Amino acid sequence: MSVIELTNIVKTYDMGEAEEVQALRGVTITIGKNEYVAIMGPSGSGKSTLMNVIGCLDTPTSGQYLFNGLVVSEMNDNQLAQIRNKEIGFVFQTFNLLARSDSLHNVELPLIYGGIPSTERRRRAKETLEHVGLGDRSHHKPNELSGGQRQRVAIARALVTRPSIILADEPTGNLDTKTGEEIMMLFEELHSQGNTIVLVTHEADVAAHAHRTIRLRDGMVESDELVTTRRSYTQAAAS
Amino acid sequence: MHLLVELKEGILISLRAIRANKMRSVLTTLGIVIGIVSVTLMATAIEGVNRAFDKSAAAFGTDVLYIQRFPWISNEDWHTFRNRPRLEVQNAAAIERQSKLTDAVAPVLTTRRRLTQRDESMESAFVTGTTHQYMMVSGGTLAEGRFFSAEESNGARPVCVIGATVAETLFPRQDPISNVIRVAGFPYTVVGVFEKQGGLFGEFTTDTRVFVPMNSFQSKFGSRRRDVTIQVRVAKAAEMEDAKLELEGIMRKLRRIDPGKENNFNINQQEILTATFAPISLVIASIGLFITGLSLFVGGIGIMNIMFVSVTERTKEIGIRKAIGARRRSILMQFLVEAAALCLIGGVIGLAIAFPLSLIVDQVLPTAMPVSVVAVAIMISLVVGVISGFLPAYRAARMDPVEALRYE
Repeated sequence: MSVIELTNIVKTYDMGEAEEVQALRGVTITIGKNEYVAIMGPSGSGKSTLMNVIGCLDTPTSGQYLFNGLVVSEMNDNQLAQIRNKEIGFVFQTFNLLARSDSLHNVELPLIYGGIPSTERRRRAKETLEHVGLGDRSHHKPNELSGGQRQRVAIARALVTRPSIILADEPTGNLDTKTGEEIMMLFEELHSQGNTIVLVTHEADVAAHAHRTIRLRDGMVESDELVTTRRSYTQAAAS
Repeated sequence: MHLLVELKEGILISLRAIRANKMRSVLTTLGIVIGIVSVTLMATAIEGVNRAFDKSAAAFGTDVLYIQRFPWISNEDWHTFRNRPRLEVQNAAAIERQSKLTDAVAPVLTTRRRLTQRDESMESAFVTGTTHQYMMVSGGTLAEGRFFSAEESNGARPVCVIGATVAETLFPRQDPISNVIRVAGFPYTVVGVFEKQGGLFGEFTTDTRVFVPMNSFQSKFGSRRRDVTIQVRVAKAAEMEDAKLELEGIMRKLRRIDPGKENNFNINQQEILTATFAPISLVIASIGLFITGLSLFVGGIGIMNIMFVSVTERTKEIGIRKAIGARRRSILMQFLVEAAALCLIGGVIGLAIAFPLSLIVDQVLPTAMPVSVVAVAIMISLVVGVISGFLPAYRAARMDPVEALRYE
């Protein structure tokens, strides 16, 4: 069964005075379990809007969105929050960690909103931090970590609830090339462990890591193809 | 379960936020501190006034009726009572004989005289003539010694019982018992001293009084043209009203008042004072608490203002929290908890300041900060926090996660 099923998704923004902007004009995409998909497109192509819709941060104006068979497009705020909490792991370009909290607490946060008791919470957060290679940084605050480490904390936060998909928005945008490559390798590893990953980017280099590329233009799917000349894990490591 | 976990997180976040903005938190809290200090001090002062009143009223005795020429409290003109006949000392004996519902009767006559004891003196103290039954018909208690006996009273012996202030003035370094004082030159031996009463009705307490046997009083200071009060103790408190009717009947018979005509005397009791004072005290308390409550209100507005700032500042954080699954309820609670925590801290600091101040108030007006006031102050600061935090928190909770995440 597919994880994400978008059918004819339209999203219009009301700009006032009867002026409307159509960010998405009928997008139909299906993403299956353990896929690694890159969504590409120039700015203004609607990829941010699409990410917000897929991430259940926003609801489409029309069209149907099925997430694991559930009709997300008709859910209310609280139900959406619950889907975001349990099923989706966000990784942002600017990391979006809580500045006043240490790594451990940042990773614990989704579990807090999931109502997990503190001992189990702490155990799972520690485990996940170790998983991304930051077991020894659990009591550091974001400003005491490097950019790459911050993004790893953010990835740990996305992973800790064992979500159905990981949704990454330009995850290497604020990192230097080498650190970016490391983060991409981490994604590769997570994918090989069975995670479903959706990557939003405008960089072909980054998109090249994915197994499937969906290109958007003017709010519509321009192309949707499997990547054949994919930069492999070993190639990336060698470069 | 969910809610508890989130509440704990809310408390943690708010403490962190408060600590991160120390100066701002202190200044904001100051408004609540001042509000709580003024409200609790006002409540303490009101408590002091009430206590002083209760204590003073207690001196009249709850089960004692005062038969007098004038009512204690009246809206009518003075002249309607002026022409009433005075009560007479002998009325007391008649009442004692005829009344079945009362068990002690004492006539009381008072004048003002100069007291002396060696080099010490006291100008125009109250000198009261009464009988040995006086102790049963008043609310006073003795600190030492005894009241004069029936024999001393009937035999007009030169003995006296003095009030606390009299004792302090005439015997600054010495035990007054068995010593002689002079009342307008006449020697009286002190046999007892009253406990200090204090309170609002200075003139009516025993503090500045000297009690001498009625027979002695009448022969030394005269009884003509003086108002006699007859104090009567009701045997059973439950029969207060019946006793009043009985006394009224006895007095009307003694004075031969025709049926249908009005009484030319009054039967007063402590209840008249408390019934008059209660609504006045309620009005004073309400106005006082309302005015001081305004300062708490201003403090609440300060909290609301700073919470709006806090919400705007942390728009991004709200976005992050929403993205990873915080519901509206969770965000609402987080900011409500923060506002409540600010106010609660203010309330506790306010109480910590108000308590020593209440001890100063205590020096002027005997009082104590009532436990109920402490509890209510804590409750009020919590409620103020929740109310003033609600609008900002609601705004935070309603934020669109996409917009909030984009905020820089």
